[in-house]
Amino acid sequence: MTGTFAAIGAGLAVIGAGLGIGMVGGKAMEAIARQPEASGDIRSGMIIMAAFIEGAALIAILLSILMA
Amino acid sequence: MRNRIFIITLLSFIYLYPSVAQDNHQQVHQDTTTLQSSNTQDDHTQTGESHDAHADHADHDHAAFDPGATAIHHISDANVYSILDFVRIPLPTILYANDKGWDIFSSGKFHAGHHEDGHYSYNGYVLHHGSVHRVADAGFPMEGSVEVEGYAHKQEEKNGKKVDVNYALYQGKEYRLDARSTMDGGILGGGFTSFIDFSPTKNVISMILVSLFLFLMFRKAANAYKNNPTKAPSGIQGFLEPVFLFIRDDVAIPFIGKKHTIYLPFLLSVFFFILGLNLWGQVPFLGSVNVTGSLSVTMVLAILVFIIVNVNGNSHYWGHIFWMPDVPIPIKILLACVEVMGLFIKPLTLMLRLAGNISAGHIAILSFIGLIFIFGKSGESLGGSLVGTAVSIPLTMFMMAIEIIVAFVQAFVFTILTASFIGAATEDHHHAEEGHH
Repeated sequence: MTGTFAAIGAGLAVIGAGLGIGMVGGKAMEAIARQPEASGDIRSGMIIMAAFIEGAALIAILLSILMA
Repeated sequence: MRNRIFIITLLSFIYLYPSVAQDNHQQVHQDTTTLQSSNTQDDHTQTGESHDAHADHADHDHAAFDPGATAIHHISDANVYSILDFVRIPLPTILYANDKGWDIFSSGKFHAGHHEDGHYSYNGYVLHHGSVHRVADAGFPMEGSVEVEGYAHKQEEKNGKKVDVNYALYQGKEYRLDARSTMDGGILGGGFTSFIDFSPTKNVISMILVSLFLFLMFRKAANAYKNNPTKAPSGIQGFLEPVFLFIRDDVAIPFIGKKHTIYLPFLLSVFFFILGLNLWGQVPFLGSVNVTGSLSVTMVLAILVFIIVNVNGNSHYWGHIFWMPDVPIPIKILLACVEVMGLFIKPLTLMLRLAGNISAGHIAILSFIGLIFIFGKSGESLGGSLVGTAVSIPLTMFMMAIEIIVAFVQAFVFTILTASFIGAATEDHHHAEEGHH
């Protein structure tokens, strides 16, 4: 039973990370479209922000693995 | 065009192999057993009885196909390097137990067969699912080699948690096995047990091979630059130079600034090491190692980053952590707690991100391949296997294509985050408004 709850927790973490990374990616694409000459900076900023969001999600997923 | 048809036929054959092999499983299994016994200098005689025992065990495994457990087994480290189900390269096994001392021998002594299960024990150690386990129960012969009839799994209650415990069958009795010896705290099974496994495992061998390959490649490129500085880059230089320039111009210089030359060798080593191992793990049928997906490996990388960042951190960096300037004192105390936590969370997420992404990719591919066995009812229905194969091939290929992108992106993310941590720790300017993540 705890395994089921852990799986639900992992799923919720993924929803959060998906929303976050989706927003970062979407805004970055908009920014690149507005200012293509700054695409390099925007892209590395986007990857770093996505990586931070992913880090938070990974801690949640690790917890759900440990609790399962 | 003809080439393309040939390649597709070849690939479908290779992908179909598992479903056919499952049907002929006993046959293959018996063959490998015979092959191993004839190859060894040990004078173990294979009796008909033992064959039956192995076959029974194998059938038992058939009945319960567990995709999760299979995936975990395939991404785990192993003490034997298996290429498909045919070639099993024995590796040195170096074990230490407090009450027993050192045991150094070749993992060929275990006579690994199907599922990397050893058919023989050696000095009280057995090989189960590719990993060395130690027999914990008394009564098992602790010296020399005896034949193990099979392995069993049971779920046991321990501290209110269900844990999988493995048993070895010997002369009709079950002997409890200690968990694998791993350093990842037992997240994927294993942990700190009664013995320590120092063996150069599959992962270690892959790491050495990839490092050697990278060394030779870079040496060749370096010699080419040294000998012909005026010539346009050719061959391997053509691949390495743009990547090197990308890491230097887009990662090191923007984040670290003018001090980047000190840290560039580390950043490049980390990038190529991770990239090389990610790609090596993606090559099908060559062991499919999961080195960068192993928490122990990424932990060491993260610890290296932690040391480099904090040893080189200047007074601004430490000031921002323990006594954030220009904020009221209660906030200073609160922020100090948060920043000290952040000090450890940064390398922790580096470690988890890399291991998680690479392991997740491997698990996804293995789950898609597992569809063949789910549809085929573990080899009982050939039609089901064919449907499963038809579903599984495009999904697996799609996943592998994604994984190649992930291999590059994760190597890049690890490098760029390392550079940004180093940059934040060593920057000269004092930004009052800038917090550290």
